[in-house]
Order: sequence, then C-alpha cells, then structure tokens
Amino acid sequence: MSLTGILTQLLGVAVAVVLAPLFLGWVNQCRAWLSNRSAPPLTQPYRLIRKLLHKDAVIADSASPLFRVVPYILFGAMVTAAAIIPSLGTNLPFAVAADAIALVGLFATARVFISLAAMDIGTAFGSMGARREMMVGFLAEPALLMVVFTASLICGSTALPTIADTLAGRSLAIYPSLAFAGVAFLMVLLAENARIPIDNPSTHLELTMIHEAMVLEYSARHLALIEWTSALKLFNYVCIGFALFLPWGLARGEENPLALLWALPLLVLKLLLAGAGLALIETVSAKLRIFRAPEFLAMAFMLAVLGLLVRLLLGS
Amino acid sequence: MFESVNLLTGALAVAHGWIAVGVFGLLRPNSVRFVGRFLFPLGALGGIVLAVIALLAIQGPIESVVLPLGLPDLPLHARLDPLSAFFLFLLGSASAGISIFGAGYFREGEGTAPGLLCLQFHVFLGSMALVLMADDAYGFMVSWETMALSSYFLVTTQHRIPEIRRAGFLYLLLAHLGAISILLCFGVLQGGSWQFTFDAMRQAQLSPAWASVAFGLAVVGFGAKAGLVPLHVWLPEAHPAAPSPVSALMSGVMLKTAIYGVLRVSLDLLHQPLWWWGAAVLALGLFTALYGVVFAAVQTDMKRLLAYSSIENIGIIFAGIGLTLLFHAFDMQALAGLSLAATLYHCLNHAFFKSLLFLATGSVLHATHERSLGKLGGLMHRMPWVAWLALIGTLAIAGLPPLNGFVSEWLLLQSFLFTPEIPQPFANMLVPLGAAALALTAALAAYVMVKFYGVIFLGRMREPQLAQAQDCGWLERLGLLWLAAGCIVLGLVPSFVLRQLGHVDAFLLGAAGEAHADGIWLLAPISSHRASYVPIVFLLGASVVVTLSVWITKGIYHGHIRRSAAWDCGYPLQTPRMQDTAEGFGYPVRHIFEPFFRMQRKLPSPFDTAPRYRVIVEDWTWFGLYLPVARTVLKTANLIGRLQQGRISVYLLYSFLTLVTLLVIVL
Repeated sequence: MSLTGILTQLLGVAVAVVLAPLFLGWVNQCRAWLSNRSAPPLTQPYRLIRKLLHKDAVIADSASPLFRVVPYILFGAMVTAAAIIPSLGTNLPFAVAADAIALVGLFATARVFISLAAMDIGTAFGSMGARREMMVGFLAEPALLMVVFTASLICGSTALPTIADTLAGRSLAIYPSLAFAGVAFLMVLLAENARIPIDNPSTHLELTMIHEAMVLEYSARHLALIEWTSALKLFNYVCIGFALFLPWGLARGEENPLALLWALPLLVLKLLLAGAGLALIETVSAKLRIFRAPEFLAMAFMLAVLGLLVRLLLGS
Repeated sequence: MFESVNLLTGALAVAHGWIAVGVFGLLRPNSVRFVGRFLFPLGALGGIVLAVIALLAIQGPIESVVLPLGLPDLPLHARLDPLSAFFLFLLGSASAGISIFGAGYFREGEGTAPGLLCLQFHVFLGSMALVLMADDAYGFMVSWETMALSSYFLVTTQHRIPEIRRAGFLYLLLAHLGAISILLCFGVLQGGSWQFTFDAMRQAQLSPAWASVAFGLAVVGFGAKAGLVPLHVWLPEAHPAAPSPVSALMSGVMLKTAIYGVLRVSLDLLHQPLWWWGAAVLALGLFTALYGVVFAAVQTDMKRLLAYSSIENIGIIFAGIGLTLLFHAFDMQALAGLSLAATLYHCLNHAFFKSLLFLATGSVLHATHERSLGKLGGLMHRMPWVAWLALIGTLAIAGLPPLNGFVSEWLLLQSFLFTPEIPQPFANMLVPLGAAALALTAALAAYVMVKFYGVIFLGRMREPQLAQAQDCGWLERLGLLWLAAGCIVLGLVPSFVLRQLGHVDAFLLGAAGEAHADGIWLLAPISSHRASYVPIVFLLGASVVVTLSVWITKGIYHGHIRRSAAWDCGYPLQTPRMQDTAEGFGYPVRHIFEPFFRMQRKLPSPFDTAPRYRVIVEDWTWFGLYLPVARTVLKTANLIGRLQQGRISVYLLYSFLTLVTLLVIVL
C-alpha cells in the first residue's frame, strides 16, 4: 500500500461524493436547455440537500426502526462502491476488498434495502414502488453482470481497477463484444438510475413512478441522504462506464501523484460530455409503459449475453 | 490430539446417542417439559459435538471400521473421510440450532405426542449421520430408508388432516422411487464382483456405457430426494405440512445427504467422469434453479415459497456439481476444485439460512396461526426478535454481501469465468448461457426474498388479530441466533472455510484440486490479481461510512423527529388492504414468465354485484407428467386386476396353464 495509492483512494472517494450532486445538476441543466426552459443553477441539488438537512424529520406512525436506518445504509453502500470504482486512478488499495461482482452485489444490497424500506410503511404506493424497483432490478442486474463478464474475459480479471488498467493500456481499437456490452450497459444505466425511458426522475404522477414512489415517506435528513445517494449512484454508474469503455486518462498503476492532477480535469470533461449525452437521450425519448420495461431490459440482457458470446466464439 | 480411530468412534457414538435420546422420549411420552427442556437440548449438544469431531476429521486420515452389526454375512462398514466429515459438520452445526429451537417449539396437543415426536426427530438425525458414514451399499440403504421413514412420520405429525396425509404419501412415494433408483445404481456399480462395499465399487472397472448408466441412476435417485425438476413435486407439498423444525431439518440438512450421494458416486466411486455428464447436470441444475425461483415468486403460502426456494438452491448446487464434473473430465483439477468448493460452500450456506427462515416461519405460525402471506404483515412491530434475525437470513439467501450467500455465488461465478479454457467448443458455448441463467436466478432470488420479508414482517398488519402476536420464547431465540450467527460468520471468514474445503477437494480430486485461499482474510481463489474479495474490510469500510454519515447528519444538524400519519401522496383513506398482497408482488414475474405456469384465471364481469377475482397458478409437471403416468399405472393395474376373479378354480386353471407353458418351453 503506497502513499500514492492512499491518495488516489481518498481523492477518488472525495471527488465522487462532492461531484455527484453537481453532475446531477449538470444533467438537469442540460435537460432544461434542450427543452427550451431556463435552467436551474448547477448547485441546485446541493441547495436541496442543504434545505432538507435543516428540517425536522417527519416519520409515519407505522414506521419501524428499519425505515430509519436504511438511508444511512444506502449512503454507506454507495460511498463504498465509489471506493472500488477507478474514477481517477487505478491504484486503489481498497479495491482488493471487492471486485466487480461484489460491486454488483453491493448495488443489489442497496436495492433490496430501499425496497424493504418502501414496504415498511405499508402504503399502496410504497409497496408498488418496491415491486417495480425489484422488477427492474432482477432484469438489470444480470445484464450488468454479463457486461462485467465480457470485460473481465478480455482482461482476465474481475477486479475493476485491473480491467480499467488493462483496457487503458491497449491501443485504440473497437472490440465488437465491448460495443454490444456498451449498448447494454447504457440501457442498464438508464433503468437502474430511474431515468427516462424506464422512470422519470421529475415526475410525481402516482401511477408511473418507481423510485419516487419508494421514497415518498422520507423527509428531511433521511431524504437528503437518499437524494445524495441517488446522485452518487448515477455518478458511480457513469464512472463504471468510463472504466469499462473510455478508460483513457486514468492515473495508472504506481505513477506519480501528479498524474492525478491530469486525471481530474479529464474526468470532469468526460462527465460534462456524458451528462449532456444523458440529457439528450432523455429529451428525445419517451417514457415507456411499465409493462414495456421488461422488454427494454430483456433486450439489454440479450445484448450483454451476445457480447459475451461474441467474445467467446470469435475472440474479439 | 485425538487418536485417529477415535474420531470415527465418536461420530458413530453421537449417531447412536441421538437414537438413544429419541428412545428416552418414550419414557414420558406426554411430557412436553421433559422432552423440551431435557432431551432436545441434549440432542443439540450432540450436534455440536458431532460438528467438532467432523472439523477435526476433515483434515485427518481416512478411518474405517467394520461393525459387528447386521446380517451374518453382511457386516456393516463405516468410514470417515473428508467428504463425509464435511457433511457431518453441516449436519451437526445446523441441527444444533434446529434442536434448540425445537426445544421451545413443540407444544402439547399438536398431532403426535411429544415423546414419539422426539423419537422420530432423533432417529431422523441419527440415520442421516449413519448415511454419511456408511461404507457399503447395504448399510447405506438401511440408513437411507430409516431416514425416509422417520421423516415421513415427522411430516405427518398432524396426521388427522387429510391434506397432510396426502402430502406425506407423495413424499414417501417419490422417496421410494428414488431409493429404487439408488439401489439399481449400486447394483451397476459393483460391476460383477457381487461385493457391495464401497471399496469394492472403487476397484470395479466399468465400461463408459455402464458407468453412464450408474451415473444416470444416481442423479435420478438422489435427484428425487434433493428435488431436481421434475422430481421436485413433493417439496412444496411436504414442507407446508411438516412442523417448522422438521421443514428446517429436511430442507437444510436432508437435501444435502442427496448432494453427498451424488458427489460420492460421481467423484469417488466412479473414477473418470465423461464430459457430457457435467454438461447434462449443469443444464439440469440451472433449469431447476430458474424453475424453482420463478415459482417461488408467485407463491402465497410462506412455507411453499421457501420450499420452491429450496428447489432453486438445489439447482444452484447441482449446477456447481456439473461444472466440477466438466472441469474434472478435462483434467483441469484446480478449476474443478474451485467449483467443488463453491458447491460445498453453498450446501453449508443453504443449511444455515434456509433453516433460519423455516424456523422463523414456524415462530410466525405459532404466533399468528396463519401461513398465508395475504393475512400477515407488520410483524416487525410485534415480533422484533424473529423479524431482525429473519432479516439476516433474508439478506443471506438473497446473495447479498457481506453475508454467506454471496460468497458461494461469487465463487461459482468465478468458476464460470474460467470455462472458456475448456477445450471442447460445445461445452464452451453452453457456459456463458449458464452464467447468464445463474445471474438471473440470483437476481430473482433477491426479488423473492424481498417479497417474503416485506409481506410478512413489514408494512401494516393485514388482519386485526395480528396485534395479539407474541414474540418467540428464549429457546427459540437461541436457535435462531445460532443460525443467524452462522450466516454472518460463514460470510465473514470465507478463507478459513475454503481452507477446510480444500481438504475435501484434495481428497476427491487429488492434490492439484486443492482450493487456494491467500492469507487469513483475503479470498483470492486463483490469484489476487485475478479476483479477490475481503468481506471484513468491505464491511468495515461500509460501517465507517455509515457511522460517519449518522454522526454528521445528526451531530451537525439536529436529531429532531416527529411522528405523524403516513403521507402517501395525500390520500386520506388508507387501509392495510391497500398494500401489495403476495399475489400483487408476484405479478411482474407471473407476467414475464407466463409460459412457465399453468394458470386459471377467473375475472369478474363489469356487472357482477359481488365481483371476485381468482387466479390459480399450478405446476405444469403435475398435468404434463405425473397425472398421465398415474393414469397409465392405474389402467395397467386394472388390466392386471382382471386376472383376479376371487374363485379358486380359476386360480388352479392359471397354475395349470403356466405349468403347460413352461413344459412346452422346456421340452
């Protein structure tokens, strides 16, 4: 464990926690511009979190202790995930603790806990949201795992930093298998982060919501943590995407700490582009009916399996 | 250290001790106090002793002994090798928790008298131990049948209810179909030597065709016990019928004796597996896993749900066995060792979390007298002990880190990632699809367990009488705690467990197959560059963040909390009936996997004054396989029955005709 490693690790987590709400603000800004509205400021998510933190929490009478601990567990899970994902550099000492499969497991843990919390109050919307979230989850999770498998078959490792390191070290060539996996990953990213076309993050129209239905009963500091967690989850997914498909510009291996200084602006640039792209996808597509969602996700799953088969059969 | 022969003697003593404890139950057959406060805890102690003996024996040399028991020319052989030691450890450690729970669980006036129940329960335990130690076909079959019979009596504890008798009959029927198949398998395995000791079977030289026949018979025979599709039909019937500790013992432990049988036959008694055995078992296992989990998602009875979830887990275990055989057939022993370790690990995990969940349903059943998920809910408030301990089991079975279910799934997925190295293009193609199916199964299992836990323990109480539910007693809590602690420990120290499993690997696959585990905490089966997992660090990291976030949000801001009615988008009228039911929660799965089910729907018309909605989900195998077979058997029996006239002159005519026919043939 070197000093550079610890520095990369701490800086990576800090950058994730700080930048995540800003990234969400940037996506919202782009969406507003694309739909010809005047945009909220970039720091709007931060303002929301600050406002929520100052309020008194209101909790339903029927809430159990589980309901109150879940926001902290979610936040903990997402920050731990951020510590495994190579967002700035690949020299991450903590990443030994968990590889990409454990990362998928970590996301599953967060999903299960938020669904349990949603069912805890015993309202119609809560359990509906939990059911839909788990439905999206059981289709998206295997697809994500297949994407990870494709990349790890190419690199001979399931450790995310190693994968990013290997891919970054190769010449600029397009692997057909990774192209399939990339499309599948994008679809999973949209579904798992409650974006259009699966869910609409700005809706409170009762019958269409998924994520919002689950967090209806949260308020104040609990809600603030959940909002932050959602931002962090989006950030994590985007960074996994960078690590698998655009790994260039990461501080690799035992390079000197100065490489981090170069990696940070590059990360911000990638985030700006990705945010704009995400906003574009969300603006030009319409939300699917909830029963079309399985088809969308099944397609993601099939694409990911196809990527794996292409890798295995054609070796490309 | 212990003398090596003493370990086998000790294990045999525990097995017979259990039977003796059972017999003591007959001394005072109607005293719940004597049985519950004395005999069951004694049985639990036996379990712990057995687990310790097995842990010592797993690394030790192979011990065997010829017992002065049995028929004149057929003495019983017993043997303790790493494979049986592992399964004895599973039996001892899981049954200790179940017995302690059982001490507080069994009450008066529930079917069979407590003393008799104690006898059946402990004979069941003892016979399972003897199955694992038997070293000849004769002793194996006797113990196997004792196990089947004693569990049959345990399933039909409440024998006054006709459905329970039916469920018991179905179980007994399939158990015997399986037993016939196992018997035939041993018949093939002796290979013309007519020696039925396992040692003779190891020496026998079988042609590949006969070896395949033996393997197929073993898969069918042990598969019927384990619940491989389509031989799984008894599980969802027998588990709801049996008392919960019995369900826990059957699902958590007895199913594993079948896994033991498959491993014993395929890796020990038969030497060279053919690659297609592995492919076939892998496909069968994955199909079983998917089938089980999809059905579990639509169940409305909590114990049926868990029964289908057992089928799913057995499927995962069989997939692991298939992968092991595949690697073994291509002589890739290190990888075979990895997947075998994953398989055994999953057996152990399943013993703990499934027993925990079955026992939790038992406590719920006692507190509410309700098995239907549609009439439960909100028990977290009334039964916090059961609810929090069941939460651990739920998270573990859903395969979430850092608990134990995740470790075995992780190991299995890792072994799947090595399959491209198999030098056989056909098997090579099967495998990514296998990995996809396994991932889908694992994700669906999480769905099922959220449904299970959410509907029973969370939300609001769906029936007013649930408000009277009482939390379980201290003995039951102790049993649940033991199993929950097992789930946590197995999840946090995987490398220790893996090192023990390495002895089993080395025994079955040779020294090259020993699974690796670097360091004490680090789990890195092949190399740490390739993949690693350190649950302790992982958990520590997450806990630090959680503590920090609690401290920051509460410390820097404030901790004020107000209670009020649920908001729910401002709808004023909210009743507990508006929560998702079990049917509602299962709807997406029913919709997506429609071809799996045989569904009968009854929808109300718009003009109904009292509209009723009804949907019945059934298993295709009943209508596609079992009922036609049953009809054919019945028809044949009727045809043969025509011979039976009830008049002695007709029977004399039959004898005369037979004699004449025989004479014609002979002359």
